[in-house]
Amino acid sequence: MSEKLKLVNAVQAINWNRIEDEKDVEVWNRLVNNFWLPEKVPLSNDVQSWATLTPEEKLLTMRVFTGLTLLDTIQGTVGAVSLIPDALTPHEEAVYTNIAFMESVHAKSYSSIFSTLASTKEIDEAFRWSTENPHLQKKAQIILDYYHGDDPLKRKVASTLLESFLFYSGFYLPMYWSSRAKLTNTADLIRLIIRDEAVHGYYIGYKFQIGFNKETPERQQELKDYTFNLMYELYENEVHYTQDLYDSVGLTEDVKKFLHYNANKALMNLGFEAMFPKTVTDVNPAILSSLSPNADENHDFFSGSGSSYVIGKAVVTEDEDWDF
Amino acid sequence: MSTNLVYFSSISGNTHRFIEKLGLPAARIPLYARDPALQVTEPYVLVLPTYGGGVHGGAVPKQVIRFLNDVENRSLIRGVIAAGNTNFGEAYCLAGDIIAQKCKVPMMYRFELFGTPDDVQVVHDGLEEFWDRH
Repeated sequence: MSEKLKLVNAVQAINWNRIEDEKDVEVWNRLVNNFWLPEKVPLSNDVQSWATLTPEEKLLTMRVFTGLTLLDTIQGTVGAVSLIPDALTPHEEAVYTNIAFMESVHAKSYSSIFSTLASTKEIDEAFRWSTENPHLQKKAQIILDYYHGDDPLKRKVASTLLESFLFYSGFYLPMYWSSRAKLTNTADLIRLIIRDEAVHGYYIGYKFQIGFNKETPERQQELKDYTFNLMYELYENEVHYTQDLYDSVGLTEDVKKFLHYNANKALMNLGFEAMFPKTVTDVNPAILSSLSPNADENHDFFSGSGSSYVIGKAVVTEDEDWDF
Repeated sequence: MSTNLVYFSSISGNTHRFIEKLGLPAARIPLYARDPALQVTEPYVLVLPTYGGGVHGGAVPKQVIRFLNDVENRSLIRGVIAAGNTNFGEAYCLAGDIIAQKCKVPMMYRFELFGTPDDVQVVHDGLEEFWDRH
């Protein structure tokens, strides 16, 4: 059964000199500046490191990456594209085409990792696992169903949860390897993907909030309930998926903290308050620092005992001093 | 308005939301060049998001640069609180580090997006104590 293809009804020539939402231009520019290709990352430098992994660790890594490939494929071919007909501005449509293309770059980059590190047989087996694992398939199906639904705001919710939450059971592993000085070039590539997903989640969440703020209180409540229900449904499935992957190496509990931490950020991208308390979001500092070298430093000036800081001096600065 | 808090927030409003949750009086650096410039007369702590996501420039919003290029505004800054997203790696809260370094004031706190309730609590209590001491 083929569905009727939903397309934008009317198109006008896009005029980038007349902007309705400056965020469209800002995000477009940011995405363009962040553009990258897997060929630029020296993945082959990881071949020796790959050889030091146990067969079990290799299998886990291959499976994690096929799972991520599936999500990026969905987002590239269905997710981002499904947002285009509901765009409020022509520039928003253009940003979604950029997001869709970049997701396809991400999906392809996992294949670059595979072909660098593994044999054809191992690659085929990992892809077979991805089509047979019930929790991975369920995750894909839940999201696909919402993309095919007829509520534009709910589609944005599903899309933001995919960009900002569902990837992280997978992203954990390359950060873990990197914190142990393994597969560091692969981790560099994954960090580029992580950076892109942050911009995607931020932008789609922002567009969701614009729509949300125009709705009646009843409808807002419905959307909020929907978001949290979907989050619970995805979270529950994500825990099973995490167990399938990480139980064999004893990392499941550590990964779950990373899931909670990112679930909170996904909700915030949609404008909702964080759901998980800090007692369950205390991500392993090694993972956090692998993600961002600044993140695990103690910057909590307020809890420090001393107040040995320098009073701001009126140092003369000029515009060019601030021209970073 | 007498305030010890100055902030910048883009139209997506994450930093604005954090300030609202703090519940302390705060002055907002205007978004557009056509708006009247903000001039402060009392010591303040600056709260701002990081732009860009790369490490090669553009981290500090232009509007904040304009605000700090005013000598009096700059002389009254006492600390920086920065917002960001750890997904940006080395650029996480980079705008805060840059300003803390240039103005020789402490980088007081980092939070992500519009901050968790715990972030709000720590900053609220921390700022009260800070101004009591200074």
